[in-house]
Amino acid sequence: MSGLNQSGWKPAMGAAEMADAPTYTGNRALMLEEALIFEIGDGATSGIDLAPAPKVTGRLGGLGRSHKIGLPGLSEPETVRHYTRLSRQNYAIDLGLFPLGSCTMKHNPRLNEKVARMAGFADVHPLQPKETVQGALAVINDLAHWLIALTGMHGVAMTPKAGAHGELCGILCIKAALAARGEHRSVILVPESAHGTNPATAAFAGFAVENIPATSEGRVDLTALKARLGPDVAGVMITNPNTCGLFERDMKHISDAVHAAGGYVYCDGANFNAIVGKVRPGDLGIDAMHINLHKTFSTPHGGGGPGSGPVVLSAALSPFGPLPYTARTADGVVHLIEEADAEAFEREHFGAPLQSFGRMTAFHGQMGMFTRALAYIMSHGADGLKQVAEDAVLNANYVLRSLEDVLDAPFAHSGPCMHEALFSDDGLAEGFSTLDIAKGLIDEGYHPMTVYFPLVVHGAMLIEPTETESKAALDQFIGAMRAVAARAKAGDPALKSAPHFAPRRRLDETLAARKPVLVWKEPDRVEANP
Amino acid sequence: MRYLPLTQPERHAMLAAIGAATIDDLFADVPAEARLEGPIAGLPMHASEIAVERHFSGLARKNMAASDHPFFLGAGAYKHHIPASVDHLIQRGEFLTAYTPYQPEIAQGTLQMLFEFQTQVARLFGCDVANASMYDGSTACWEAISMAGRITKRNKAILSSGLHPHYVSVARTMARFTGDILQTGIPQLAATTDSAQILAAIDGETSCVVIQYPDILGRIEDLSVIAAKAHEHGALLIAVVTEPVALGAIKSPGEMGADIVVGEGQSLGVGLQFGGPYVGLFACKEKYLRQMPGRLCGQTVDAEGKRGFVLTLSTREQHIRREKATSNICTNSGLCALAFSIHLTLLGEKGLRDLAMLNHGMAVQAAERLAQIPGVGLINDSFFNEFTIELNKNAREIIHQLAARGVLGGVSLGRLYPGEAALENGLLIAVTEVVTAQDIEALAVNLQELMA
Amino acid sequence: MPRYYTEDHEWIEVEGSSATVGITDYAQSQLGDIVFAEVPAAGAVLTKGSDAAVVESVKAASDVYAPVSGIVTEGNAALEGDPSLVNSDAEGAGWFFKLELTDASELDGLMDAAAYQAFVSGL
Repeated sequence: MSGLNQSGWKPAMGAAEMADAPTYTGNRALMLEEALIFEIGDGATSGIDLAPAPKVTGRLGGLGRSHKIGLPGLSEPETVRHYTRLSRQNYAIDLGLFPLGSCTMKHNPRLNEKVARMAGFADVHPLQPKETVQGALAVINDLAHWLIALTGMHGVAMTPKAGAHGELCGILCIKAALAARGEHRSVILVPESAHGTNPATAAFAGFAVENIPATSEGRVDLTALKARLGPDVAGVMITNPNTCGLFERDMKHISDAVHAAGGYVYCDGANFNAIVGKVRPGDLGIDAMHINLHKTFSTPHGGGGPGSGPVVLSAALSPFGPLPYTARTADGVVHLIEEADAEAFEREHFGAPLQSFGRMTAFHGQMGMFTRALAYIMSHGADGLKQVAEDAVLNANYVLRSLEDVLDAPFAHSGPCMHEALFSDDGLAEGFSTLDIAKGLIDEGYHPMTVYFPLVVHGAMLIEPTETESKAALDQFIGAMRAVAARAKAGDPALKSAPHFAPRRRLDETLAARKPVLVWKEPDRVEANP
Repeated sequence: MRYLPLTQPERHAMLAAIGAATIDDLFADVPAEARLEGPIAGLPMHASEIAVERHFSGLARKNMAASDHPFFLGAGAYKHHIPASVDHLIQRGEFLTAYTPYQPEIAQGTLQMLFEFQTQVARLFGCDVANASMYDGSTACWEAISMAGRITKRNKAILSSGLHPHYVSVARTMARFTGDILQTGIPQLAATTDSAQILAAIDGETSCVVIQYPDILGRIEDLSVIAAKAHEHGALLIAVVTEPVALGAIKSPGEMGADIVVGEGQSLGVGLQFGGPYVGLFACKEKYLRQMPGRLCGQTVDAEGKRGFVLTLSTREQHIRREKATSNICTNSGLCALAFSIHLTLLGEKGLRDLAMLNHGMAVQAAERLAQIPGVGLINDSFFNEFTIELNKNAREIIHQLAARGVLGGVSLGRLYPGEAALENGLLIAVTEVVTAQDIEALAVNLQELMA
Repeated sequence: MPRYYTEDHEWIEVEGSSATVGITDYAQSQLGDIVFAEVPAAGAVLTKGSDAAVVESVKAASDVYAPVSGIVTEGNAALEGDPSLVNSDAEGAGWFFKLELTDASELDGLMDAAAYQAFVSGL
């Protein structure tokens, strides 16, 4: 024999126990802990090489910085590793089904990222001369055209920065329209099931907010609504499809009643994904509706933003929309109508004096989101967008009917749902709640559904699978939901302490709120100020 | 359709499982008269990736990209070099395609990043605390005015004439509906600001004074005197920073007594993008914490005692407080905040200071070169990386003529202040680290020819 | 000393023309861990049913209403540093404010302990 395994390497499986053994680093193989930049970086390190500053006589007005800022730096490899490690502690739509109701977490096509990064869009300044940004203005104008066509509305305000900003835009249009009529109406009606942004927006714009009740079917109570309408009501804010996942069958009647009473109808378009290409809000008598491009039109959520919230407007509200906006003239030129040009432009093209309520933001809106949304819309086309709505609704109903025997579905008896399925905590074992089901789902490898919303259902669980999930993905999710629901009904104590396998166990939110620590401080300073 | 995984047999099988004959059965609640038959008319059908990319490439070519030309625009949006690793990291799917971190056990990446971001912003601005970002600088500015109103229970705000006119417009739009009273003004083409008038205007009814630092014309002024006067009358000082890189070179507003500091964070990590998305920065003194708008990330521990982070103090926010919330904001600018934070981590203290001094040095050189041109007057005594010059001609027209010669030459005051004859020869010039000596020369030569 | 209760889950204990107000043990149990309480300052003038104080848990915020009209003589400063007192002793050390009654007849419409117990068990 020539040599007996000189390296000593013999494959061995080892024992299967020892799962809980501590490690030196605190890491668990691919689950890697990561310290804060303030703990690993220092003020002298930089990951960027810069040319030396030219020698000049400074002109800082005697206000040159003398105090340390306290910003740690890392080299490039350390930086890449820090953020890569952090990223791996996040769940994301790229990793799996993300069934957050009313949030429309669908696949984010990478083509959209690619076009948004083209230098002609990503590397142009908002105040460049208009002749140097005709392509960028065309993107805004083309997207506006699509949004108007898809919603059957008269106009669109493109500048709002996110859904709630869009709501504000719509409400300001209503306020301006009322003022133009010489009327002062002080109340906005909002259903109990509304997103919190609706009442907050109305209040932010100076309106009083009153609730309208829901029927036992989970829809707006038309009778109660009609009874409340009057000369003090400026309008209503209604989500359709609503947050119970149901289409408001009476929407046209609601609109007619509100209009007859001199008010306007705002529609929260957060759930437009259910009806895009199938129903045009303009046909339902709606005066204003924001469209969350980061929901229906798939621009990425980015861990909380940015969003984009264009608002489609009826003929009655369009004249009051914000500046600036784009307009294409017969010569093919796309104009950006800003404060300087608005009065003359509107007199020439609309034959009326300027009525815009003004500007909502610096510059012209979320261009980076417009390119992505337009790429998404063009990819789908009129036929594909209709299929989006149909598949989204099909997937949600499939989930609803596959779970209604194990979880209470308060509105399932009234018919199909739209794009999201709503369940309650009724029937769980004593002491078990929606929160436990959510945390149990984390251990199954899913982001939980929306929990405790809408407020009209106790322990609400709102599941929105979206159209970008395959049947196999849905079947596995349904299996996981059934398993977790069974544990919650059987009172499995291990579920109360879930998640067990996530980067962190349940976090102490009470401590965080009672003794807020919102910025990092050097440890000795913490000790000095207990 | 490449983004839709369901097959036709699967759709049929699922309908059967649901107990529906056709997909339209699931839309039964939509009244027949509102239902559209077939795809919406007048719109094209679906398109391939190749076709869509080709369409956008064509549109992109119709724009003059900043990197391809001598470029001097600023006025609230700045062209800085973004390190390659920033864009790589923010495109990791776990950041890009995550939602708001409402389930903290599986969102520690976003939450720890936000905690780091909040700390970076607070330190940069010289404040105790910062939030997890706003939409942009202009909306953050109104939110600050609104917050000052809640704190002081007053509704009269004094806005410096050096505040970005778009920011003023946003505030004016909101004030028209909320009933707040704003004192505003138009800047003068002069080295001195309106601080004397502001000092005189502060009284017991003032809720806040809003000062941009450096201001719209690039001027830098000590805020301490105004802070003291405001505090004497129970008013707050709000400082607005549209170019955060400046704070690598000059004192922070917090050091000079500002109570709330807001800003536009686009300069760090976020591209120009024709105006958005950008990232609003919002910081303040700790005592005003509960009146802050927007999301806040806080440190805590998990059930095993390990450090972790959560969104906290949520009772200020719309999803809990509804009509009594401090703001209606929900979505923020998380991914841009991440880009900001990564860029600032790469820079570090030393890098930010070096970057700031490089910007300042280039800007001083540019100002000195341009001032040599007959007919050009430099307005500023002090500035960071942006200054104002006065031409002997209408600057807005000159800007178009420069663009035709391939030079993106700055922002004319005529664009920002339409109808203000006294400002129409004014031109804002921003000079960052991406500007070369050749770029400055190209601007100077062409400007001289056009003004001759 | 007589103690009264409201349907909004405030309690009020009256001694002569002075009274102490807080939220009930039932209310604190429904809210969960209290993380913040804001109490009115001395001198604040309250009318029956108006917003008097704020109490917040991690996921909920509630206004505490004035059970009767009066002028606040003291807010419970201890709640600022330790809002958990509302959880541990809602009807004792976790009181919110004291006030001087301006119209003692307003007490007539409030419930006594037994009536409140019956009210809560019906919820």
